[in-house]
Amino acid sequence: MIDTLRLTAEEARALLERGDVSGAELRAAYREAIDARNEELNCFLTLVDGDDNNGVPIALKDVISTKGVRTTAGSKILEGYVPVFDSTVADRCKAAGLQLLGKTNTDEFAMGSSTENSAYGPSHNPWDPTRVPGGSGGGSAAAVSAGLAPWALGSDTGGSIKQPSALCGNVGLRPTYGTVSRYGIVAFASSLDQVGPVTKTVRDNALLYGIISGRDDCDSTTVDVPPVELPVAEDLKGLRVGVPKELNEAEGISAGVAEAVRRAIDLCSELGAEVGECELPRSVEYGLPCYYLIAPAEASSNLARYDGVRYGLRVPADNYYEMVARTRDAGFGDEPKRRIMLGTYALSAGYYDAYYGQAQKVRTVIAREFAAAFERFDVLVSPTSPTVAFKIGEKAESPLAMYLTDVLTIPPNMAGLPGLSIPCGLSEGLPVGLQLIGAQFAENTLFRTGHALERAIGFDIVPERLR
Amino acid sequence: MPEWEPVIGLEIHVQLKTHTKMFCGCESGFGGEPNTRTCPVCLAFPGALPVPNQTAVEWTIKLGHALNCRIAERAIFHRKNYFYPDNPKGYQISQYDEPLCIDGSFVVTGPEGDGRVGIVRAHLEEDAAKTIHVGGATGRIVGSAHSNVDFNRGGTPLVEIVTQPDLRSADDAKRFLQLLRQTIVELGISDAEMEKGTLRADANVSVRELGETGYRTRTELKNMNSFNHIARGIDAELRRQIETWESGSEVVQETLDYEVKSDRVTPRRRKEEADDYRYFPEPDLVPVEPEADLVERLRSEVPELPGARIRRFEQQYELSYYDAEVLNGSAALAALYEQVALDGIDAKAASNVLMNDFVATGIDPASVNGTELGKLIAARATIPRETFTRALTESADPEFRAETYLGDTLVADTAELEPLVDRILADNPGQVAAYKGGKEGLLGFFVGQVMKETQGKADPKVVNELLREKLSP
Repeated sequence: MIDTLRLTAEEARALLERGDVSGAELRAAYREAIDARNEELNCFLTLVDGDDNNGVPIALKDVISTKGVRTTAGSKILEGYVPVFDSTVADRCKAAGLQLLGKTNTDEFAMGSSTENSAYGPSHNPWDPTRVPGGSGGGSAAAVSAGLAPWALGSDTGGSIKQPSALCGNVGLRPTYGTVSRYGIVAFASSLDQVGPVTKTVRDNALLYGIISGRDDCDSTTVDVPPVELPVAEDLKGLRVGVPKELNEAEGISAGVAEAVRRAIDLCSELGAEVGECELPRSVEYGLPCYYLIAPAEASSNLARYDGVRYGLRVPADNYYEMVARTRDAGFGDEPKRRIMLGTYALSAGYYDAYYGQAQKVRTVIAREFAAAFERFDVLVSPTSPTVAFKIGEKAESPLAMYLTDVLTIPPNMAGLPGLSIPCGLSEGLPVGLQLIGAQFAENTLFRTGHALERAIGFDIVPERLR
Repeated sequence: MPEWEPVIGLEIHVQLKTHTKMFCGCESGFGGEPNTRTCPVCLAFPGALPVPNQTAVEWTIKLGHALNCRIAERAIFHRKNYFYPDNPKGYQISQYDEPLCIDGSFVVTGPEGDGRVGIVRAHLEEDAAKTIHVGGATGRIVGSAHSNVDFNRGGTPLVEIVTQPDLRSADDAKRFLQLLRQTIVELGISDAEMEKGTLRADANVSVRELGETGYRTRTELKNMNSFNHIARGIDAELRRQIETWESGSEVVQETLDYEVKSDRVTPRRRKEEADDYRYFPEPDLVPVEPEADLVERLRSEVPELPGARIRRFEQQYELSYYDAEVLNGSAALAALYEQVALDGIDAKAASNVLMNDFVATGIDPASVNGTELGKLIAARATIPRETFTRALTESADPEFRAETYLGDTLVADTAELEPLVDRILADNPGQVAAYKGGKEGLLGFFVGQVMKETQGKADPKVVNELLREKLSP
């Protein structure tokens, strides 16, 4: 009997290697879990009945192109779209023998923090189905948390891996920009998008990151990546941990979240780390507003290809321009439309310098501020999300309230830095995520820190109601 | 009436003949069944990313050198955003304020001296796909029943060259384009054929009163498919602008099409123009930062260019400008000429033969052995005309040897010719009498008879002398 709620990918791999289970049996166990719980949670948009591989199963966020398997990006405009090519990450997963379980729910074009913007209905939090699993990668996070997949891939632009991982009690890595290929990832904001693993443990996370990362000839923004080290140490001796004041005292951080994070910071000291305070004043004050200029600007351009000419939805009309307008009106939901308008405005003649141009300059300032902090510290810590999972519908009417849920994940993203979210306790019976921010290409440091803390914290990853 | 001065600048697009497209591995080039040379990248499937073609970058740098441009240490690709069916991503990857080649100049040689045309920039971008609008009167998208898009051309590397408004006549513009075209062809980076659309040019045209220093409103002239149409289109637009100013109206900034049939320009429909392209740096690509070594290597690979070669021919071979220009009509012809001329043949004679007799054969100069051709030209006075012409038409044959034809030397031996001359004079007593009576023009008749009998092999000079001697009183 395979307990998919507890089985880690590393353990699953060991079972397969020893011949204790077959790939088919493993897949069947996850399919059983999916059959039992997906209806309630709405994690999967598309299920795959089987492929040529027999390795550890995996679920992929539906912005990741999979050859021959429908890829919708959570949008009506791509409802019937079946890619003719694999994304590089899907290809690398295949090459590593992983078998695809299916494609997971996401806010439309990864724009959102709750999956409520999915054209295919929201996913639900396995800890409390009346609550959101976070977003945009809520489908992947909820699937891993509820034992519907041993691990999954997400994509993170403003926090779409880290925040859902926090809200569902998973380990989520947003890697350094340029370490994981974006080839075949339905683009939201190209200068920010990064694919990363959503897992039950830090070691699983490092394993999966090792599979997907590395230079790719199809993505010229990728670079060579240092070899991934599977973490083993259970102490933090010699590690310098910085606590950025603004990221830990930001308005809106709930008392329960702050307390869980405080305990984790104390644990760092107990494990042998040197803990000190630091400041990131401009990164936190300007990170979010600048993000909401740059990301929509790039999105407005990236989403221009959905014109009804070559694939996806087409709403017929008398002429080309009318056809494009009607197709996009019918195919895009409110959030993509809102961001296309915001972004188009930010790039317009006469506004470019004041908005997009200025935001890019601020981005440089943010990167410098972080770089200065990393001269003193190896890792910076903060909450991942200001609150635990909120109720479905709670923020749906206020885009701004929704945008603010990413206030802590966005600043390091703007600087291209890696961030690992690990569960550090419960508040109101719901998981709290701890954000570990590293210097560029310092994923190994994050794995080491995350692994030691994970052991010390002893968080039970299985949602209470499913135990 | 004031005297008007034309002010003309050109925007030239050149399709590079790289094996593959600008940002994907699809085969590039003219033709192919529609939509067979496509992939996720050039069809803009979700998630597909561009990867720059290094050869295209290098060729653009080479062209930049030929245009005496500064090569940027850091160039950026930008996105130019607009909707059109031939633009699958909804943006064209182009260059904006940080192009690869900046601030150059191009010397246009001419019989009256050199003209210098400033080059604002030369940048690299991707070509659009090809759209055919079916139905509707105008052949444009507005009003058409449907449009067919062929993405084979989409994504082909394209260099855009922008000149300063330094050209002062339609003929200057045409001459500039012709020399630029030849330069591009000789760099080996493009076929640059206007009929195939691998070379396209738009003109920015304005006029001003002679002596005026500022510029007046300019218009952009498009849709010209040959060098002649460009010259005619510019002339038509110059006439229109001068009439407009002289009638007391103002020229307005607009885009115009030249219509060959009516020899007139017509305004484009506004609706087809996007006003704001919302340029921003292409986040899917890193900056192009060509290393100094590469830039220098590419500089060293630029061959002597046609303009400079024309001037050298004038000096080195003491040719007229006209001759030098014709001989430089292609690099191969120029090279053949140099091979022939360097073999010690009279430069003027060699140029005459090449420019006239040789060019008339239509033979590719590159396939001819210059040394053998030189020998043939050197001996041409001793070879019958007919044989010489035949030799030229056979000069592309790899087995071509001048000596094959030198065997047909003219008969100059008096002893051999004298009996023949005597017989012809004896056979034509009437003409002999007439000649002696003063009709000296009949000499040609006798020469002709001798040539006929000898099948052209008699040396005309010797025949002439013999006849004069025999006919003298």
